[in-house]
Order: sequence, then structure tokens, then C-alpha cells
Amino acid sequence: MAMRILCDMARIQGADKLIPVTSAHIDGCLYHGASGVKFAERLVKLQGRVTVPSSLNVGALDLQNPQKIRLDDRERDLARRLMNAYVAMGCIPSWTCAPYQAGYRPGAGEDIAWAESNAIVFANSVLGARTNRYGDFMDICCAITGRAPYVGLHRPENRVATVHIDTSSIPDRLKQEDAFYAVLGSWLGRVAGDRVSVFSGLPVTVTDDQLKSLGASAASSGGVALFHVAGVTPEAPTLTDALNHQQARQTIILARKELARERDRMSTVAGGQLDVIAVGSPHFSLDEFEQLLRLLDGRRCAIPLLACTGRHVITQLEKKGWLQALQNQGVDLIVDTCVVVTPILERTAGVLMTNSGKFAHYSPSLTGHEVVFGSLADCVNSAIEGAVVRDESGWN
Amino acid sequence: MPVITSRALIEGEAEGRLLVLESDISFWGGIDPNTGDVIDNRHPQFGESVAGRILAMNRSIGSSSGSSILLELLRLGCGPAGIILIEADFIITLGAVVAREMGFGQIPVVQVSPKDFECLAGIARITRNGDILCR
Repeated sequence: MAMRILCDMARIQGADKLIPVTSAHIDGCLYHGASGVKFAERLVKLQGRVTVPSSLNVGALDLQNPQKIRLDDRERDLARRLMNAYVAMGCIPSWTCAPYQAGYRPGAGEDIAWAESNAIVFANSVLGARTNRYGDFMDICCAITGRAPYVGLHRPENRVATVHIDTSSIPDRLKQEDAFYAVLGSWLGRVAGDRVSVFSGLPVTVTDDQLKSLGASAASSGGVALFHVAGVTPEAPTLTDALNHQQARQTIILARKELARERDRMSTVAGGQLDVIAVGSPHFSLDEFEQLLRLLDGRRCAIPLLACTGRHVITQLEKKGWLQALQNQGVDLIVDTCVVVTPILERTAGVLMTNSGKFAHYSPSLTGHEVVFGSLADCVNSAIEGAVVRDESGWN
Repeated sequence: MPVITSRALIEGEAEGRLLVLESDISFWGGIDPNTGDVIDNRHPQFGESVAGRILAMNRSIGSSSGSSILLELLRLGCGPAGIILIEADFIITLGAVVAREMGFGQIPVVQVSPKDFECLAGIARITRNGDILCR
């Protein structure tokens, strides 16, 4: 069955061959309805087993704190059955949308079959591994067969940048801010669609977390699966390398004003009272928790601040003694899942603030909340005040 | 009646009122899998439903869960009757391939040129050989 679906897709995609893949990241374990459960359980019944290391994306349940999820019993049972089915096929119960920060880091040039839009763009761009935008179902079919159609971003010629984005006119100070990368990503997704772009003028000190934020945002507002950063990412030692020594088909000199407009677009309300703050899409890393603690500086949140993360980070938080500190300051940790993929928020309407471009994009439709976008520092200050506090300097 | 020729990604026959999406959409977070309603309030077609329609769109964006949403829509009988794309979108196509495999029905998914896409209006019929007739 897996090979039949794979071959159907290969034929539709015009692939002339299948190639081996070295790993998979599976998004199909997230519950969207009974059909996904029927599909996975049919594969289990046919004794499907993965043949390559296959990490699992978030599920619809927080397995460590099941009471936090507001699904009814029937849906809770289906979500659990779905997660169990993928584990039964030999997948690793990693339950994270940031597998690349949980020890699953394929090397440059490796062909892989990853799903989860933010993981796809990170693996391609930051790690230099090769994957297409695999949807749910294709991920497990590739994992079982250990094969993928040789098309798209598996082929080196399709990985060359055609769009050059020159960021040299953006002030360096802005480029140090986490929010800059989420906004840049949101803009990129709308402008680039699914074309491959290369940035010039970004600092070589740009962190994994900043690139994670850029990619997640771009893969929400657009279909971005790969970008390069000249002097930073593996396929772009230089701008010329990323363009494969050709002229860019389009060059965009990015202006600060354009980004300021994008930042406004990411919010659906301007300010005022807030009901909840949500961070951690993609899942918060240990470094991001360190920043969060530093910004909280011992203060206590006046409204719920939900931080979504993976169990791999919880273990590290416990070791460092930070878990208690976070809880004491009013941070509510959501593990194995996140607030937009399953009902967690107390209310079905209200105003949510986030530093995540992905949450900003999906929250209105998936949680019913209006959304305000701000930096992590803005989110923390707003959590203390219970109302929107944003530092506008640097953007105007 | 003008005939538009398409490339069939998935063959099939369908007829229905066209729903042309004016901007790209993520099925996950953009369409309610239980009803077919467009739920992204920043999308131009917010409030419309894909159920029973010939859905015409450039391509999907965003989530790789788009395939799951289409599968669930088709299982519940509130999916589109057929899909016309400009870009060969493999997340959407995959949802339709798996629906066929699971016995949830077969909808045609076809690809047209940007120029032909502009001609889509009214009620569209997609034939088995990939012709699209609008009236």
C-alpha cells in the first residue's frame, strides 16, 4: 500500500526513479479526524514498519499532562490511537515539531523525507539536507519503503536560488532581534511563494533559533521549503555560490518600511487587554527558555503565558533546575503538542499575543483568538501587565 | 462553450459551481475539515465553502497537514467535487490519492495554465480526458 501510494505520486510528479532516504519526520501522527486513524491503522494491520529512523511530530495530546487538552473522550481516544499506530510502526516518540533541536539532524546532502512545514524548511536551509514538502501520509509511505521520488529539491539544480534579497539597508540593531526574523519570514513567504531565495547582508552570528523562526514564518505565509543565507547556510558559502554563478531572476532591496508593514499585518488587533500569551512555535529550545527566564527576571505573569516545547527540553529544564523557576513565575508548559493543533486555551475567543510568526498566522482560524505579534521581550512585558506592551523602537 | 485543456494529475469526472480562490491557502488552518468552510478570516474567500464545488486555486501554502484535511473532507462528503490548480501541488494531490486508496472516493485534480485559469467562471465540468467546460 505504501509503495502503491509512493508510485502513484512519483508518476504524478513525473519522477523517473525512486531514491533511498536516510530518515523521515512524520506529521501524520497529529489528529485531524477519523480518516487519518483509519489510514494509519490499516498500515499497522498490514504490518507496516518503518525502515529508516523516523521521528514523530507533535500529536494532539500532552501525554505528560493529559488534563490540559480539551478534547472530548471520543476524539481523545482517536488521537491516542493515531499516536499509538505510528509508534507501533516503529517511529520514535519524539513528539516535537523541532526534531532538528532534539538530536535528529541529518547531514548536508542527505536525502530525507520530512513533513511538518517548519522542519522541512529548516532541514533544507540550515542543515543542507534534501527534502520536498512532504504531506501527511507521504511521510510514512517514504519511511516504510525507505524511498522517495527523485524530483524537486532532491535534485541539486532545483536548489539554486533564483531570488536575491539584499538586506544591507536594514539597520544592524534590528537584525539582532528575534522578532526581526519572524517578520522577515512572513514577508518572504508572501513574496517568494515556493521559489528558492538567498539573503545577503544578514549577520554571520545569526542563531539556529532565529533561522528556525524565519523558516517557520515563511512556511506559514507561503510555501517556502528552502532559503539560503550567504555566508551562513551550507549551500551558500557566498552569494554567488547560492546563485550557482548565475544572475538572480529577481533582486529585491529590502526596506525597513516594508518590514514594518509586514509586522503590522501579522497582528489582527493593535493593542489593549490580552487574555493569553503563547510562545513556542516551533517548540521552544533550551536557549529560548534561558532568554525567557532572563526577561522575566523573577517577575510573575498576570495572565497565562503558555510555552510549548518538546519532552527533550523538559529533561534539560529539570536538570538545570529551571522548571520550578518557570512554573513559579506563572509559565505554563505545554509538552508534546501546542496550542494551535489541539484545543488547550481556556477560552474559544479573546486576544492572544505571540512572538511566533506561525502562531500569528494560524491562531485566528484555529483558536478563535485575535492576535498581536511582538518580540519575546514584548510578550513577557505584556504577560506581566496583562495588556499589550510593545517596544516600537527599531521598527520606525 | 470554450473548452480548456488541462493536465490530469488525478483522472476523474466532476461538475460543480466554481470556487476560485483569490489568494493561496493552507488547507490546515484555512478550511474546516468537518464542514468545508473557509475559516481563515484573512483570506478573501473567508465564509465560502469548498463542499461540492470545483475548487480552483493557484496552489496551497503552509502546512503539510493539508493532505490530512482534504482526506477528512472527502471521507465526510464535504470536500470539493474536483480541484483545478495552476501549480502541481503535491500536498493537495496526495490527499486525493490517499482518499482513492482508502475508498473515500475519487476526485479529479487537474492542472491548467495561468491564462486558462483566468477563463474559469460559472459552472465547470471536468471530463475524464481532462477537458474543462464552463457554462
